[in-house]
Amino acid sequence: MKNQSVSGNIDWISILLYAVLVIMGWMTIYSASLPETETSFFDMSQSYGKQIFFIMLSVILIFMVLAVDAKIYEKYALIFYGLSILLLVGLFAFGSVIKGQRNWYSFGGFGLQPSEFAKIAASLVLSKFLSDVQINLKNTNHQLIAFGIILLPVGLILMQPDAGSAMIFFSLVLVLHREGLPAWYLVTGVTAIVLFLLALFVKPVILIGLALIIIIAQYFVSRRAYRNPILSTMIFIAISGFVFSVDYVYENVLEGHQKDRINVLFDKNVNLKKEGYNLNQSLIAIGSGGWFGKGYLEGTQTKGGFVPEQHTDYIFTTVGEEWGFVGAVVVIAVFVTLLLRIVYMAERQKSKFSRTYGYCVASILFMHFFVNITMLIKLFPTIGVPLPFFSYGGSSLFAFTILLFIFIKMDANKVNEW
Amino acid sequence: MRKILLPTIIIAAAILITARLFYLQILDDTYIKKSENNAIKIKYEYPERGYIYDRNGKLMVANQPSYDIMVTPNDMPREGVDTLEICRLLNIDKEYFKERIAKAKVYSPLLPSVFLPQLNKKEFAAFQEKIRRYKGFDIVKRSLRDYQTNVGANIFGYIAQVNDNIIKKNPYYKSGDLIGRQGVEEMYEEILRGVKGVKYVQRDRDNREIGSFKDGIYDTIAQQGQDITLTIDMELQKYGEALMFEKRGGIVAIEPSSGEILALVSAPTYDPAILVGRERSKNFTAMMRDTITMPLFDRPLLAEYPPGSPFKILTGLIGLQEEVIDEHSTFLCRHGFSYGRGAFMKCHCPGGAIQLHNGIYKSCNAYFGGTYKLIIDKYPNPSSGVNAWANHLKSFGLGQFMGYDLPQGRKGRIPDAKYYKFWYPNGGWRSSTIISNSIGQGEVSMTPIQLANMMATVANQGWYYTPHIIKKIEGRTIDKKFTTKHYTSIEKQYFKPVIDGLFDVYNLGTARGVRVEGIEICGKTGTAENFTKINGKKTQLDDHSIFVAFAPRENPKIAIAVFVENGYWGARWAGPIASLMIEKYLRGTITRTDLEKRMLENGLKATYEKYLSGEPFSINK
Repeated sequence: MKNQSVSGNIDWISILLYAVLVIMGWMTIYSASLPETETSFFDMSQSYGKQIFFIMLSVILIFMVLAVDAKIYEKYALIFYGLSILLLVGLFAFGSVIKGQRNWYSFGGFGLQPSEFAKIAASLVLSKFLSDVQINLKNTNHQLIAFGIILLPVGLILMQPDAGSAMIFFSLVLVLHREGLPAWYLVTGVTAIVLFLLALFVKPVILIGLALIIIIAQYFVSRRAYRNPILSTMIFIAISGFVFSVDYVYENVLEGHQKDRINVLFDKNVNLKKEGYNLNQSLIAIGSGGWFGKGYLEGTQTKGGFVPEQHTDYIFTTVGEEWGFVGAVVVIAVFVTLLLRIVYMAERQKSKFSRTYGYCVASILFMHFFVNITMLIKLFPTIGVPLPFFSYGGSSLFAFTILLFIFIKMDANKVNEW
Repeated sequence: MRKILLPTIIIAAAILITARLFYLQILDDTYIKKSENNAIKIKYEYPERGYIYDRNGKLMVANQPSYDIMVTPNDMPREGVDTLEICRLLNIDKEYFKERIAKAKVYSPLLPSVFLPQLNKKEFAAFQEKIRRYKGFDIVKRSLRDYQTNVGANIFGYIAQVNDNIIKKNPYYKSGDLIGRQGVEEMYEEILRGVKGVKYVQRDRDNREIGSFKDGIYDTIAQQGQDITLTIDMELQKYGEALMFEKRGGIVAIEPSSGEILALVSAPTYDPAILVGRERSKNFTAMMRDTITMPLFDRPLLAEYPPGSPFKILTGLIGLQEEVIDEHSTFLCRHGFSYGRGAFMKCHCPGGAIQLHNGIYKSCNAYFGGTYKLIIDKYPNPSSGVNAWANHLKSFGLGQFMGYDLPQGRKGRIPDAKYYKFWYPNGGWRSSTIISNSIGQGEVSMTPIQLANMMATVANQGWYYTPHIIKKIEGRTIDKKFTTKHYTSIEKQYFKPVIDGLFDVYNLGTARGVRVEGIEICGKTGTAENFTKINGKKTQLDDHSIFVAFAPRENPKIAIAVFVENGYWGARWAGPIASLMIEKYLRGTITRTDLEKRMLENGLKATYEKYLSGEPFSINK
């Protein structure tokens, strides 16, 4: 009986958008890794051949996800979470190292990246925790637990070290905000990021002076009842301390390549043959696309292999080069439609668990989308995260597919839960 | 509020990304260029330069292959270039290596620049096998000139690498390209060079070529340079250069009926082959620095000499046209001519009653001084007189660029009223003040080619074609301006008495000694005073020896002007040379071998050296 209702209530719009992204992704991977000699689409020695295999496996996974009782995900969330933490820990013993990161289990020719699946587990546990009627995010203890759920995998992933994947987990703060976390967490976080970046190329004295002026102005503008001289002073001291510590963090905490990536973003002593190469080539590929691009399979940058990792993290550069501005905007539009659709679906959920999980899905996908594309167009430091459904890679495609389809299953089941 | 935060962020991010993409892809077009530099390599295919033939179809200038080693700085590995091995292979030192790389970077890090130019086949073969190992280095085959003759250097010009100026002005040329400089190589550059072919090659990040860009739709095939035929008679040119042995000056020979330049001799000259290949720049600089003999100074086109007595031909013609004299007008010569109070112009002629006919063949200064005075004084004031006179001369192409097809030239000088007004701002000049013009001294000056063209005009009795050096371009007609007759302001009837006088220069007059049996030559000697500054002091040097002629008298085939710097009187050097040139051209063989020998083996080395000795010297001995 349940299965009948699944096909009837399933959200075909999001499935269609998913399919569009996966198919466009595969076409782009094909172009980005086009070999000199023509081979079969299914050539398993080529990334596009493997990707077809991954896509077919994903279809099987979709059926499996949809077949399982939606209740399972809520019921066993904690077990999934525990498993994924174990997998992350196990990496330190059994993981393979790729480019200095111990973040893969390799099985023959294929690899598995547990951090991708940890996102799903963390989302499920977080949703389960927040769906408890007793939980109130105004409560500091509850806040700490929520943060703990997020920070446990983040810590393990940072140790691999894989800053990109770790960073994605912070998108879950958006979920906490939706579920009642006080706004100042978000405000403080955003302010800290902006201040950090500003402090890198504005003199600390100027920055602190500016902060002082804004705080004093704010103090006198606000109504007498809201004036709090102690709080204002503390904010000022916090900002000053933060600004002065930026240099220290930059010099001592950030690693060489991380500094490079920030320097590249701000054009500080950039060597276009070394640390500046990737971003420069990425900009050239996208920038040379013009209105309509150079045509599918005609991208000179793509063909010449100038952009590194073009079938994975830099896949969008091929879209920009070969399909131009118009094509890039279409891809962005599909992503945005899918994200907004998920948010819309989350809001129509009857259970708090489903709603929270929907938000987790939207936040994680958005973070990937935003970081991946903005790093290519010099709006954000280079951080290696895949573009969901688009980038080549089994683990990421499987994880994103499962992440999304668990929610689609929950959405299809909402009637039954009534 | 909490519900709309995430959608707001999503939409804001999408707008931000779209705006940034719009800027990168639409507004900022530098990436398109960068992408081309990145991924598309332009390869040029250089066509062979056109050959140059003489008027009789003899090959004068052909080509030989040469190989340039090019370097593209950005394609070189940043580290681990085996500088030593490259230096050893190419036989260069490390300093040269560094300097060329630095220079290439200045031109463009992305485009190839010449690293080592013009290797011959043997030098190139050694490097060719190994070039693949040196990233950033490349070999380009070009063609260099291979001269089949050792004469005519001033006519051909030379081939050089384009300089930065040319690259900036003309986008066709890229660093390392060759271009014709001076002579016909410059004048007919676009015809001779052809059009280089362009191939767009797609390459990958390791600079490997991975096929043609867009299947070659933008590629063009090199177009072969076209051959040209010059009006020059190579044998005559060679003979002229030989006759100028150890002399300075110029010879210009023109075919009157067509305006074709038969010979254009500049002395001293050099073997064109020394300006080919890697030695070019060294040899060129050495000649540049030779400010004494000035081998690069193309005297027939650039030297502005006082024309001397040959100018009397023009004074006579203008006198006749202005009707101030006729054939029978008589002037009395008392070994000179008193043209004003205490002012006397000496004359070397035997004296007595002089008419136009013997005035010409005896080269009487008194006769032409008197005629000149009458011409100027016919008009109400000297200004209009001198302008009327100058206008006649301008109709002969004097005092202006003639429009021939060689890149260099001088106007010469024909003074008019404006000129004298500048020097005499308060007036006070009269015909007697400027009387020296009558005999080709004073303010007039002419280049040898102008003088030769004047003789061609006299031979044609009143018209000329603009002298030119191009005879034929493969499959093309030559410029129309070379087949348009220019008429002078002198009527045809006035030429006959003057030509009669010129004919008797050889029979009775100043050139009796250089007659050629069986050829009727009309000519005129000239002996022109000239001055220079030695240690800041105006010093008179030996007179220039000048001769102009055309032959034969009926149906002239050749008009010629010969200047021999400091050769003293006209019949001493210039006269014999002109007559030998005429004989050679009309007959092909020389009968007067003694005279020929004297010209071929004697020169003015001693004369030129005495000017430089620093000691006092006497002239005209």
